[in-house]
Amino acid sequence: MSDSAAPLTTADGVPLKVSLRRAVRRSKFKALLLVSPLLLFLMIAFVIPIFEMLSRSVANPEVVNHLPRTVAALEDWDRQDVPGEPVFEALVEDLLEGQEARNLGLLASRLNYERSGMRSAINRTARGLRTMDPPYREGVIEANARWGELDTWKIIQREARLYTPSYYLAAVDRQLSPDGQITRAPDNLQIHVNLFWRTFWMSGLITLMTLLLGYPIAFLLASLPLRHSNLLMILVLLPFWTSLLVRTTTWIAILQSQGVLNDVMVFLGVIADEARWQMIHNKIGTVVAMTHILLPFMILPLYSVMKTIPPSYMRAARSLGGKPFLSFRRVYFPLTIPGMAAGGILVFILSIGYYITPALVGGQSGRFITNYIAYHMQTSLNWGLAAAIASILLLVVVVFYMVFNRLIGVDKVKLG
Amino acid sequence: MKSIIRKRVVKGTGVAVAGLSALAVAVAAHAEGQTLNIVSWGGAYSMSQERAYHEPWMEMTGDEIVNIDQSANALAGLRSQSQAGNVTWDLVDMLPADAMIACAEGLIEPLDHDELLADAPDGTPPSEDFVDGALGECFVASIVYSNIVAFNSDMFPEDAQPSTIEDVFDLENYPGQRALMRRPINNLEWALIADGVDRDDVYDMLETEEGIQRAFDKLDTIKDSVIWWEEGAQPPQLLADQEVAFASAYNGRIFDAMVSENQPFEIIWDAQVFELDGWVVPTGKLDKVRDYLYFATDTQRLADQAQYISYGPARLSSSDLVSTHAESGIEMETHMPTYEPNFATAIQKDDEFWADYLDELSQRFDAWLAQ
Repeated sequence: MSDSAAPLTTADGVPLKVSLRRAVRRSKFKALLLVSPLLLFLMIAFVIPIFEMLSRSVANPEVVNHLPRTVAALEDWDRQDVPGEPVFEALVEDLLEGQEARNLGLLASRLNYERSGMRSAINRTARGLRTMDPPYREGVIEANARWGELDTWKIIQREARLYTPSYYLAAVDRQLSPDGQITRAPDNLQIHVNLFWRTFWMSGLITLMTLLLGYPIAFLLASLPLRHSNLLMILVLLPFWTSLLVRTTTWIAILQSQGVLNDVMVFLGVIADEARWQMIHNKIGTVVAMTHILLPFMILPLYSVMKTIPPSYMRAARSLGGKPFLSFRRVYFPLTIPGMAAGGILVFILSIGYYITPALVGGQSGRFITNYIAYHMQTSLNWGLAAAIASILLLVVVVFYMVFNRLIGVDKVKLG
Repeated sequence: MKSIIRKRVVKGTGVAVAGLSALAVAVAAHAEGQTLNIVSWGGAYSMSQERAYHEPWMEMTGDEIVNIDQSANALAGLRSQSQAGNVTWDLVDMLPADAMIACAEGLIEPLDHDELLADAPDGTPPSEDFVDGALGECFVASIVYSNIVAFNSDMFPEDAQPSTIEDVFDLENYPGQRALMRRPINNLEWALIADGVDRDDVYDMLETEEGIQRAFDKLDTIKDSVIWWEEGAQPPQLLADQEVAFASAYNGRIFDAMVSENQPFEIIWDAQVFELDGWVVPTGKLDKVRDYLYFATDTQRLADQAQYISYGPARLSSSDLVSTHAESGIEMETHMPTYEPNFATAIQKDDEFWADYLDELSQRFDAWLAQ
């Protein structure tokens, strides 16, 4: 009897618990080893670059790095008047050093975001410094009038920090006054907030459209005999395998004012030749093209959920006296909610990230905020602002995802 | 969007061209058969460069030249290549405004023009032979091109053809849609001139709030009749389809449609906004492209390019050598932005102004469009 109280051991005398733990640890380690290439790849190709990019939305090293002496000299400035000679002397030294190293460009761009005209203030002044003699104050102000303005110096002092909220404020149409108060940008510069709203409500509309169109198709797919449903499935997937650009430009050919649809309508006498409908290069174009492109992402999760609903449930409801609509509404429909939610979140998240399709068919009124991210990445090169807008979008997506996960559970997202 | 990279590689035979002694020396010292990645704008413009510079150069040296159509995003490309520490472009064709920014960021090499470039045939040094503004700290221009407004002459009665920039803003006498480029550059200048501002005062006006407001107010008068274009190929197409009566465009594209497609287009040279375009060398690539740059910017090469496209050569000494269009045999002189009667009311695009104000005015322009 006393034997049973002794801990169980393996053949070589190691307690069973320890041995088990070892074995589990070993297999865990092996599993980790197996996925480590993927993990490493994701870290290097995905997580790190995204964080590196997003960190630009607050990074503000330009003034600190390129105007160190000026910043130091400004420390005991009273902010009442344009600073005196010592500050200008420091500025000249900083600019000369920057001109020598040829790296004033980033500083010039940075300050130009805060105040138009600073780019040439810095570049032109730096070029003319070689021939300038002390005292510098007068000469520098003469070289460019911006240096004689109080706000210029307030901005330089304000931006002498390694992090700035400026890009985020600009992304929501706010700005910092030279004294550091947050104010609304002038009306004629208001643009991003409207675009955010438009992106969200139009994505919502697109999601709704895909749901309305996709639900009956998914139902057919799930209830038809295999022979027919396979054919239907191929029809659903065929556009999925076609290039995005091809699908988008096809819509241009169909919807434009000299396009197929208008031609047919004119031919049938529905509309007059002079009164052709404008269905592309506006919101209609964006909604139609994106609904079509994103439709499979709604149909597939719906289908995978509907497949798992046994037909006998509906039969049972009918045999208990339910009318067709009532039994659908009370039995079938609630069971498809996880599929609708999964398809909805997929389509919604994908559509707020789209930018090629809105750029091609959206015209001015059908543009998304993502088109401005692309613009600031490629054309204006204001990567800080692009990162700020992108991280706001990312935050919205994460919030949606968490709400979804709380309500439905992310394991419900299946594509077949 | 997926970028289109057109690669055209022709192996040269290494035949030396007689009569170019200075060149022969340069070529003799030149390493055989390297590959040059040259970034340019694509389309008819890249074609003219290929004919005038690339093909003779490849034949002479055995080098391979790879054309990359990325000039529209050249600044972004240079910056990201430099940050990644792997610059693959050897020579880039870009606008002087972008060159100024790239130069200030140290992305491209400062150039000593008199040392690097060929003298004119009569011995004039480059610094005197190039037109004003053609030689920047890091930039050497090869062409002068122009932003103009063109119209389809079929759309107006013969005795009432438009001729000035005011006419473009005159919906009453010249009805029809207008196609303008979706950006503030040029449009604001034209709006002010059409509103009666002297062309010398345009940029001073645009530095003031009243001036900007005045320009937008003028644009407001035609806003409902404007189609905004973004790709250079759109305006000739829109004009040809008679979707619009007027279209702003690059003069070379309109010339091309007039000559090779016999389109009934006319150019309004009044208030043309001209601009230079040319080469920059990414940092660290100067030794590799030194010889090519010397060759591609000499007097004869710039004159040759004008046989293929109606952009004016940036060297004074090239102007006399400009002859006829290579395919149609049309006399090129009268189609050049720099031709005296065309040039009378021209404005030079102020790069420094736009370097300072483009960010702010683009945002304001977009907000105005969205209203």
